[in-house]
Amino acid sequence: MSAYDIERLSRLIGMLPPAPEAWVRAAQELPAARREIDGIVARAEADAKFREALIADLEGALRAEGVEPTWPLLDELRRRVS
Amino acid sequence: MEAARDHGAASSRGPATLTSEVSDARLVARCRGGDDDAWRELVERFSRYVYAIAMQGFRMTEHDAEDVFQEVFARVYERLDSLREDEAFRPWLGQLTRRVCIDRLRSGGREQPAEDELAEVAEEDVLSQLEEAFDVHDALAGLPEHCQEILDRFFARDESYRAIGEALELPAGTIASRISRCLVRLRDAYEGRNPPAAPSSEQVK
Repeated sequence: MSAYDIERLSRLIGMLPPAPEAWVRAAQELPAARREIDGIVARAEADAKFREALIADLEGALRAEGVEPTWPLLDELRRRVS
Repeated sequence: MEAARDHGAASSRGPATLTSEVSDARLVARCRGGDDDAWRELVERFSRYVYAIAMQGFRMTEHDAEDVFQEVFARVYERLDSLREDEAFRPWLGQLTRRVCIDRLRSGGREQPAEDELAEVAEEDVLSQLEEAFDVHDALAGLPEHCQEILDRFFARDESYRAIGEALELPAGTIASRISRCLVRLRDAYEGRNPPAAPSSEQVK
């Protein structure tokens, strides 16, 4: 009998189900998100009013700029704009 | 904070994108050079691995696993330059994922368990099997696309014969036999890559 029996192979295939699509997509968009964050931070450094708006209501300020406030983006901005 | 947290469906991408002909090392090098397409492929290639370590190896909730998943890829993105050998990306990623899982468990616990106690939380047998599972998926990626598709749908995505039949436009009666044939092909391919250890001389006697 083969060392790698069919039943074992079947179980091993089943051990790696796909991750939720939205998680994968968010991770894939990380480089673009980082570039977006860099742009927002640069603008906050140059524009005090924009910076105040970000600190007061981060999600609202991003939405007003047409930027989807995903949680990784918010986490990173909270760290860098405070 | 739950903004835009999405617990959407499992990735619908086909199994053909589990791996590709590009080696891990080459992919890592391209990522380091700022190639966004390479980054997307890297995430796709290793997303199941990171997800499985968190969910099965550390038995995390979906909520914690999502945070771990995003944190792992954020650290990979930031620290790719610190990887000494591009060929060693997978063990590096596995170690990083374990570290993030342990950090997560520590931050979520009311008590502060010792490092070795946290390490014991991990299901070591499961983590070891996940390494083998990844190798099997690698072998699977070398099979014809129809085999990848049907084996992935049935075993990894847990789809029914009916769902598979509808998706692949196959009569339900042919699905079981196709799965069986594809498993034999997979076994042959996997054994070709990982020859079973030869029996010891004592066993031969």
